[in-house]
Amino acid sequence: MIDVRNLSKKFDSLVVLDNVSFTVGDAQLVVILGPSGTGKTILLKSILGLSPVDGGEVIFDGISIQKAQEHELYNIRKNIGFVFQGTALFDSMDVVDNIALPLCEHTSISRREIANKVVKILHIIGMSGRGKLYPRSLSGGMKRLVAVGRALALDPKYLFYDEPTTGLDPIMRERVVQLIIELKKKYGKSGIVVTHDLETAKAVGDEIYMLKKGKIGKLTHVGKEVYNG
Amino acid sequence: MNLFSGIGDFSFFFVRSLFVPWHLKTTRDRIVHQIYYIGIGSLPIIVVIAIFTGLVSTVQTSYQIIGTVPRYILGSTLARMVMIELGPILTALMVSGRCASSMAAEIGTMRVTEQIDALETMAINPYRFLNLPRIIGTFVALPILTVIAEFVAIACGAAYAHFFLEIPFDVFNYGITHYFFARDFFGGLVKSVFFAFVIAASGCYFGFTVQGGAKEVGKAATLAVVTASILILVFDFLIALVIFG
Repeated sequence: MIDVRNLSKKFDSLVVLDNVSFTVGDAQLVVILGPSGTGKTILLKSILGLSPVDGGEVIFDGISIQKAQEHELYNIRKNIGFVFQGTALFDSMDVVDNIALPLCEHTSISRREIANKVVKILHIIGMSGRGKLYPRSLSGGMKRLVAVGRALALDPKYLFYDEPTTGLDPIMRERVVQLIIELKKKYGKSGIVVTHDLETAKAVGDEIYMLKKGKIGKLTHVGKEVYNG
Repeated sequence: MNLFSGIGDFSFFFVRSLFVPWHLKTTRDRIVHQIYYIGIGSLPIIVVIAIFTGLVSTVQTSYQIIGTVPRYILGSTLARMVMIELGPILTALMVSGRCASSMAAEIGTMRVTEQIDALETMAINPYRFLNLPRIIGTFVALPILTVIAEFVAIACGAAYAHFFLEIPFDVFNYGITHYFFARDFFGGLVKSVFFAFVIAASGCYFGFTVQGGAKEVGKAATLAVVTASILILVFDFLIALVIFG
């Protein structure tokens, strides 16, 4: 379980997070909805300990991210896959090496076993046969799928998605949404989806929160009017 | 940036990169790649620089001393000049221009495209993954390049003296061996080790700390080379004081 407690952060006088609290249960996808520039990505990075906070804490399965030592933090992060908005794929590596990297770094399994795992992940994300392509040869949607594949490599308990469908055409958007749903239902991946897209939020979210002007609130109904309130 | 806090940040960054926990299994390939890139990749330009360094030094030294001292002195003067100063410093400045800038640009691009954040989220320490192989790679490659440059420069100087100044190889060689001091050779190597750390630390530091976009990455590459070059000259003086002063 991920327990976010009273997270606060501000840049000079601009309050980005104001006592933000919510919980992510097992096999649950929580959506953080909000207009662009409200601090959703900062929230996600703060939860992971990538961005320091001014107050509050995040408890991952009983361990506080803010109080964890560096090695404890790294152990926690092995249980989290992060899909960046800009994908952050390593452009000097092909698709296979991008997905294999966490396995090479954190496991002692043989190269053959790693190759088998990568093939399995490529199948899950629908990219079989494209392992030798480099990120520069992929479309935006394909990069997003590979980023999900890389996040899956260590079979993490949680997946964080930062704007997973932004900038995609409707067909690729639907493909990514279905992948997120499949990963939750079939593989039990909990996590957080940060998006400004109402349709994505409605499709994938078990619980939907609205982040606006630093404050967070749970939504019971999702419609275009949530951006106006 | 305040000069003293900048020096502190730079030093802390270097120590953190060098003493990060690591395993040979996961880092070996990246170290080998860096040794190859820095060592083999820099070899052609280093050889060209060494050839002309040897030739120019011989021409100008002979202009100053021939006729006033025995001719074998040309061999000892050139060899000592190359081993103590010209070999280490010219090699370091060339490698700095070629490698510190590329390190800063590559790591800086990874910073602005969130690839370093991606390493962190995958529980991969970026200091170990990115910086340590470059530091070790430069540490191994630069002294070897320096020795090669010294050999090429002295050989070219000997050839020029033989064919154009009518100083036979054995006379030139007598000068080199008769006035050879191990301290000259090893003093130059000590310099190249310090220069290696300076080059790798500058390239990694300015790349790692980039904030912004393409323009800032370009600035980081320039800053890395300028800082490395200045620090090479500063360390050159300090080490000269300690070893030869």
